[in-house]
Amino acid sequence: MKLHINGQTVDVPDMVTTVTELLVHFELQGKMLVVEHNQTILQKEEHAQTELAEGHRIEIVHFVGGG
Amino acid sequence: MLKIGHYEFRSRLLLGTGKFPNFEIQKQAVDISESQILTFAVRRMNIFEASQPNFLSMLDVSQFTLLPNTAGAKTAEEAVRIARLAKASGLCDMIKVEVIGDERTLLPDPVETLRASEMLLAEGFIVLPYTSDDVLLAKRLQDLGVHAIMPGASPIGTGQGIVNPLNLSFIIEQATVPVIVDAGIGAPSDAALAMEMGADGVLLNTAVSGAKDPVKMALAMKLAIEAGRAGFEAGRIPKKRYASASSPMEGFSRV
Repeated sequence: MKLHINGQTVDVPDMVTTVTELLVHFELQGKMLVVEHNQTILQKEEHAQTELAEGHRIEIVHFVGGG
Repeated sequence: MLKIGHYEFRSRLLLGTGKFPNFEIQKQAVDISESQILTFAVRRMNIFEASQPNFLSMLDVSQFTLLPNTAGAKTAEEAVRIARLAKASGLCDMIKVEVIGDERTLLPDPVETLRASEMLLAEGFIVLPYTSDDVLLAKRLQDLGVHAIMPGASPIGTGQGIVNPLNLSFIIEQATVPVIVDAGIGAPSDAALAMEMGADGVLLNTAVSGAKDPVKMALAMKLAIEAGRAGFEAGRIPKKRYASASSPMEGFSRV
C-alpha cells in the first residue's frame, strides 16, 4: 500500500492497517509525536481506530529546537 | 511571579532551544538558566530514523512549560494548523504566534499575527504573539485577549539589542498583560535593560546558543534578568544634569 507520508510516497506492508500499526512499523511508538491523517489532526487515542488505505496523506511531526 | 494565563513562573527568562552546539551543552544551559519556559518548533519527523535523538526526550517535561512556536507559517491559517498540531501532543496549551512576513528581516506580519491570535484565542489557547514593537498593534492584540505581548527588541538572531527603546517603553507603559521582550537580544546588558524598563520577561535563544560558552552565557542572562528586574522594582534615581555630592561637606576637617 502506498501512502504519502511527510510529502514522500512510501510503500508500507499491507499488514499495516491503522495509524498505530504504522507507528509500530517505523518503530515510532511511544515517541512524542503528532499524526495528521488526511488533514485531520489525531489525538493519541484515535491512532488505533484510524484506518489507512492507498493514497492517504499522513503527516508525522514532533518538537525540534526553535526560538 | 510572572503570570501568563493560568500559569505562574518564578523565572522571567524564556529560553529558545534552537542552534545549540549539542544536546549536552544545551541541557547544561537550560539547567543553569533556571528557565521554566522552553520554546520549540514543530517540524516533520524523519520516520526512517526512529533512533534519532530528540532534545525533548532528554528533559523531564513535567518540570517545564513548553511554548511551541508557529515558525515557518506565513499566514494565519498555517499558524493555526501548527498550533493545533502542537496542542495535539498533549504536552502544552500555550502557543507563540510567529507569522513571518519578510524573509530578510524575519519581521512578523502584523495582520496575519492579529488574525491568527484571534482564531487561536477562540480555540482556547494561551496565546503569546511575537510582534514588532508597534504600540497600536500591542493594544489591538491586548483587546483581543492575548495572554502576553512579545515585541521584538530587534530582528531575530541579530543580537542588536533594543533598537527602539522609546517604542518599547510605550508598549510597557500601556500594557495590561505581561510584556516579554522577544528576539534580538545579544548581551546580558540588553536583557537587563529590558527588565529595568519594566518588561515582565525576556525570551532569547541565539544570544545563548551562539555564545562561545553557551552555559556561561545562560547563567549571565539569568543573572542579568534578575538584576534588571530587581532594579526596576527598586526604582532607579532620576538622571540629573549636574553633580550632587554623596559625602557631606559639614564637618570637613581643614588645616
